[in-house]
Parts: sequence; structure tokens; C-alpha cells
Amino acid sequence: MIKSTCPGSPELIALGAEAVLVKACYEGMPSIFKVRVRKPYRDRGLDTMLIRSRSEVEAKILAELRLKGLNVPALYYVDLSEGLIVMEFVEGPLLRDLIYRGSEKALKCLEELGELVASVHDAGVVHGDITTSNVIVGGDGVYLVDFGLAKYSRRLEDLATDIHLFIRSVESTHYSLKEALLRHFMKGYTKVKGRDFTDSLLIKVKEIRMRGRYVEERRVRRGI
Amino acid sequence: MIILGIESSAHTFGVGVVRDEPPHILADVRFVYKPKTGGIHPKEASQYFMSNAPEAVKEALSKAGVKVRDLDGIAVALGPGMGPCLRVGATLARAMASYYGKPLIPVNHALAHVEIGKMLFSFKNPLIVYLSGGNTLIASFSEGRYRIFGETLDISLGNFLDTLARELGIAPPYVVSGLHQIDRCAQNGKNFIELPYVVKGQDVSFSGLLTAALKLYKSSRAELSDICYSAREIAYSAIIEVSERALAHTGNKEVLVVGGVASSPVLRSKFEVMSRLRGVELGIVPPQYAVDNGVMIAWTGLLLLKHGVHVRPEEAYVRQRWKLDQVDVPWLARTNSSGS
Repeated sequence: MIKSTCPGSPELIALGAEAVLVKACYEGMPSIFKVRVRKPYRDRGLDTMLIRSRSEVEAKILAELRLKGLNVPALYYVDLSEGLIVMEFVEGPLLRDLIYRGSEKALKCLEELGELVASVHDAGVVHGDITTSNVIVGGDGVYLVDFGLAKYSRRLEDLATDIHLFIRSVESTHYSLKEALLRHFMKGYTKVKGRDFTDSLLIKVKEIRMRGRYVEERRVRRGI
Repeated sequence: MIILGIESSAHTFGVGVVRDEPPHILADVRFVYKPKTGGIHPKEASQYFMSNAPEAVKEALSKAGVKVRDLDGIAVALGPGMGPCLRVGATLARAMASYYGKPLIPVNHALAHVEIGKMLFSFKNPLIVYLSGGNTLIASFSEGRYRIFGETLDISLGNFLDTLARELGIAPPYVVSGLHQIDRCAQNGKNFIELPYVVKGQDVSFSGLLTAALKLYKSSRAELSDICYSAREIAYSAIIEVSERALAHTGNKEVLVVGGVASSPVLRSKFEVMSRLRGVELGIVPPQYAVDNGVMIAWTGLLLLKHGVHVRPEEAYVRQRWKLDQVDVPWLARTNSSGS
């Protein structure tokens, strides 16, 4: 399991919105160093609060989901005062890029993702930012990454928001493939959570969508 | 090509005249309805529009130095917005188009905010951050349309600021010498108080923050200026954060901030810091064109007509909930959102 060599020097993987991701060696294992950086545009008190609380929740949730055997990066090290989390480097393409390339594997991956998200929900966790760029297609299945906005919740409202955000991100990122992608995702989700629960969840999702600004379906009469 | 555009979606009755060669803007006439108390009353606003509409059109034509017969088309904002208000502009535009036999161009108000901003900054493919009284959304072009990557799950940023100010007893007027009352009140704030900061994916939510801030105010446990400061910092930071998240996701190299709320100098400086950090070009539509106006409708109408978009007057329906992602944008090449 432990591969003890990490070839190459540290490598900047991504300049994310709230964190810098660097691939480097940790205890002989290829790892991701996620550092939440201070944002000079934020009040310092707000900044400290956000960095600390998000790092703490992310680390806790990663460890907990991994202990349940779910496909998330393993947690290696945490330093809350520095906003640092060291975790397993999951090798593989982003699901987003796989879809862009028109890979035949994509639909199967969506179904697996549906199962994974359902299991995460079963564990009492909502991810908070499920997009196809937060999914890595690893050798042994899809991995959900970036739990920066995750939280503990079993409320139907929160679970439904998770799904609502995912649907919207698929609609905006992969517009022409959205039906097939979402159908396979929901198929996987239903496999874990069952038909009844998934149906009640989807009713809630619709309700959340209706609350948005200028929702066409909400319109009751035709303008003249 | 010369186009006359009519805007009447909320509190401004605007008539603009533009042409396809520089200088593009030939006339920009606005009549702004100002409620004495509270927010915009759609019926009162529409009555105000009706009594000023003929004057606005006459003035715009004379400023532009053109006659109706010189126009190549009449553009009108058909939504999103308030029904009674939109109908004034729509009725006038339908009448002019049929009487003078001019093409009638249906314009989406949100798209118009975007296109006038792109024209002013010569942007090619920006991330759009649309902040106004009615809208809070983040969009990027993909597969023929602007797709919505993030938005508010409940109330808009402008609505949040106005309601907070009103309930705190410091508005109306909401904006004094270019500064919103909340920004003004926050100037004396020193202490940051923890209030709900809600970012879900690329979405924001302000209703919980509004309730918590008002509850705190009613409890008299905090200084008014600290409440303004903390609520403002949280709301603005959430907007910047979702913008930054969207930039990381889409790979856009330009950010265009449109809509009236973009005028806040405090929000502007936060956007400047974020754009420098990310190495993207920033364009914040100046207040003159960030608020509702007829020029943006005329300009977008011009782009649309050049691509053959116009409707018969009887098809020019008002659509109060016509969202940005329901409009085809034929002048942008079909591209993926990744890269620019």
C-alpha cells in the first residue's frame, strides 16, 4: 500500500479559490498539501474564522468518511493554525475532463459518483460543492475530493441542496449531455438510498429550485 | 445601423440611441422613479413611466439628431423585471415598430447589462458577476449561451443591503453621494461580529444573515456600526469568494462586474484585490452604465438585429422571469467554458 518513493520536486497542482494545492512528498508518500491562504480582501477576524473552521471540518470529515471505507483522500496531517491539511494524492483525470474528451467511461463514472454521494449522505455528511471538477477518476473507482465546504447534516434540505448544486453545475458545464449524465448519477444514488427516499429528495430539490430568482416554472400567468 | 432601445424593467424609464460605428452612443435619456417610502411600487412606477415615456423618446431622438425613419430597429427590454413596468416599454415599442414598420428586437435585460459592459471594456469572454437590486448571479459563456454557475439561493445582494438599511432605520434614501447607507454606516464599525456566512458551492444566501443581523440589532447587544460592518463584510466576502471559485472552475481570464450594486467603492476594492491575486483582468461597469439605462438595451438590440433576431409585434411578450441562460447569444463562437 505505501509507495515509498516520490519522484520529482513539489509541484503546484492548483490555485484554488480558497486554497493552494501542492503535490509533494509526505513520509515517503505522494501527497497533496492543501494550504488555505489568507485573503487580503476579507476582514481579518472573518478570515481567521473561515480558515480555521473550514480546515477543521474538512479534516474531520475526510478521516471519518475514509474510516467508513468511502473513496475520499486519506488524511495524513493537520495544522489548524496554519490552515494546512496533508492528504493522499489520488492519481487520475478529473471527471470533467473525461466528459469533455467524450470518454465512454463517463456514464459509468456518473453512476459510481451517485453511489458515492449517497453513501456520503448516509454517513451524515453533505459535500457542499459537488461538481465534475471535484471528482477524480482513480484506478479503483471515482474519488470525491475538496470537502472545503462540507458539513455534518442529515437534514433533507441540506442533502437536497447538495444535489441541486450538482445538477446546476452539470447544466452549466456539460449542457448538451446533462440528461444522460444526471440520469446515471441518480441511478447510482437510488441504488444506495432506495426509490422512496430519492423521490422525496427530488421533490425537495425542485422546491429549492423554485425558490431561486426568476424561475420560469414558478410563473402562474402569461405576461401580455 | 442605428437602433433605439427602451428600458422599463424596474425604476428607470430609459431610452437610448446607438449606432454600429464609433461613437456608439448617440443619446441616453432616463426618467427615474423614486419612491417616497419603501421599495418600488410596480403600479406607481408604471404610471410614472407612462406619463414620461413620450417625452423620453422625443428627447432621445432630438439628442441623437435622428428621425424615427432613420432608425433600423426598435429594441425593448422584455424581461426579467416587474410586469407593470415592463409593459409600458413593451407597449410603446410595439406601437412604434408597427406604426413605422421597423423591426422589433426583444432584449433580455440581464444580457444587456453584460453586453454594454463588454463593449465598454472590450472584453472577449469574461466571467460575469451580475449584482443588482433584483439579481445576484455568476455566469460564463458555454455552448451558445451564458450559463449560470452561481446565484443567490434566496434574496439578491442589492435586496439584502436595501432591506437591512431600511429595517435598521437608516434608509431611504438608500444611496447618498454614491455610497450605500450600509457602506456609510459601516465606516465607523470596528469590531467584527460573527454572523452567518453562507456559501454553498458557487451559490450564496443572504436571508439568514439578514435575519441574524436584525435580531442582533433588536437585542441592542451590539453597536449599529459594528452590525453594518460585519454584515457588509460577510455579504461582500461571500460574493468575492464565489466569484473566485467560479474563476478557478471556468478558467476565464476576465471578470466583468455589472449591475447597480457594483458601484460600491468598498466592493470595488475587494474585487481589485482578488483580481490582482488571481491575475485576471477586471472590469467594473461605471455607475453611469451599471444602473438601468436605455443605451444597453439599444446596444444589445443592435447586436441581435445584426444576427437576424427580431419578432413580430404580437410576439413581443413581456417575460418577468426571463433568465439570462434562456437567451441564445449568436455573436459568440460556440466554445467550452474552459479557457478563454
